[in-house]
Amino acid sequence: MQAQTQDKYTLTFWEKLYIPEILKGMKLTFGQMVKKKDTREYPEEKWIPPASYRGAPVLVQEENGIERCVACGLCSRVCPALAIEVQAAETADEKERYPERFEINMLRCIFCGFCEEVCPEEAIVMSPTYEMVFTDYEDAILGKDKLLTPVEKLRPRLEFLREHR
Amino acid sequence: MEFTDILISLIKIIVMFVVVLVTVAELVYTERKISAWIQNRIGPNRVGWKGLLQPYADVIKLLLKEDIVPTAANKFIHTLAPVISIGVAFSTLAVVPIAGETISMFGREVQMVIADVNIGILYILALTSMGVYGLTLSGWSSNNKYSLLGGLRSSAQMISYELSMGLSVIGVVMVTGSLQLTDVVTHQAGWMWNMVLQPVGFITFVVAAFAETNRTPFDLPEAEPELVGGYHTEYSSFKFALFFLAEYANMITASAVITTLYLGGWQVPYLELLQLPSGIVVALQILAFVVKVAFMLFVFQWVRWTVPRFRYDQLMDLGWKVMLPIALANVIATGIVILLIS
Repeated sequence: MQAQTQDKYTLTFWEKLYIPEILKGMKLTFGQMVKKKDTREYPEEKWIPPASYRGAPVLVQEENGIERCVACGLCSRVCPALAIEVQAAETADEKERYPERFEINMLRCIFCGFCEEVCPEEAIVMSPTYEMVFTDYEDAILGKDKLLTPVEKLRPRLEFLREHR
Repeated sequence: MEFTDILISLIKIIVMFVVVLVTVAELVYTERKISAWIQNRIGPNRVGWKGLLQPYADVIKLLLKEDIVPTAANKFIHTLAPVISIGVAFSTLAVVPIAGETISMFGREVQMVIADVNIGILYILALTSMGVYGLTLSGWSSNNKYSLLGGLRSSAQMISYELSMGLSVIGVVMVTGSLQLTDVVTHQAGWMWNMVLQPVGFITFVVAAFAETNRTPFDLPEAEPELVGGYHTEYSSFKFALFFLAEYANMITASAVITTLYLGGWQVPYLELLQLPSGIVVALQILAFVVKVAFMLFVFQWVRWTVPRFRYDQLMDLGWKVMLPIALANVIATGIVILLIS
């Protein structure tokens, strides 16, 4: 594109009068004033993320109240930020193994979604949660009690994963 | 002067004072709202219903701040300057008539103006030129280069624009034949507003009023990017609040004066045809006055968020080479027309 240079712009008589130009500007700003605003008033009006959104990672809890996780430890192994800690134990259930302790340090988590990607059981998924506030370092380490989420709540994300992975 | 007269005057003064103070508070709110709307934002909406209590929260915050006086400052003048500013801003409203009809109070017919002096226009011009002292003294006494520059600019600016302001008012005086503001308003009955009779004078007066109240595009005394805070850089807490109050009170005063001189004051066209009782007439006239003042205040704020600030030389050029000749030509043209008609 050729740069256009113009050394001096000569004002017309009406432009030199200032007032008509100022009135034009005022017309423009009045139009902006009455325009509908795009602001979302956040705490009252919350954003609902689409299924592709990677929020806080959570454990999927089946309808019978048991987690899907078999404590294979792949998520812990793949986590680039070393945020996940799994301790396995045996169970009488069909899956034979379950996580006795499952902790995600939310201060370390970088929301990359590798844990979800690597999980063979679709047991850990990224939830749509984006509000995470902690007042304490200890509070930020989420245990199984806080991570377990009913499967119905995660349905859109699970379907999204089926379709796109 | 009897006791009742003093009492009536006191009541009028207190009512005016309270109304202006509340209006100033809400002006801060509307200023923030209008700026927000023009910039496609929502603006304050948290404190109180729709954020209406926001200015009160601001004031409380300001008053809780520490009041700092610089060591090198001239303490007496440093304290005196905001008092001059605020005093001038408030006392100008004393001569502005609010309604034409009288109301009876304590067995007397009370005029709806605090002081109906026969040199009202001169009084207004005299007081507005006093306002420059507040700014200049505050700039000088702070012993700060930015404050001093702000103060100097304000004195230069206000003196230049006072001339064209005075000359535009001369047109109104010639049309009316009186310096009394009640006469000026009565003369503008129906649609014979001075805005119609003196269109050029109206424009020059409004522009000069913008310069006198230090509002954008003429807010050079407090040009933030160049002068930190301008003349009030070294002010904090209550004294800063006083300057803030004075700026907005000045805006109200300017709007009231513009309304009185050019927009027909309390005149409601064709109201006398309806034959209403005097109580309702007074209420309607006050309402008309308030609506006109509110409209002018809106225009003040609207322009502020539309037009960028003038450069200093442009400001002086406009004041001396454009405004002054136009105002002078307007005086001469008005004189010729009056001579031809009479």
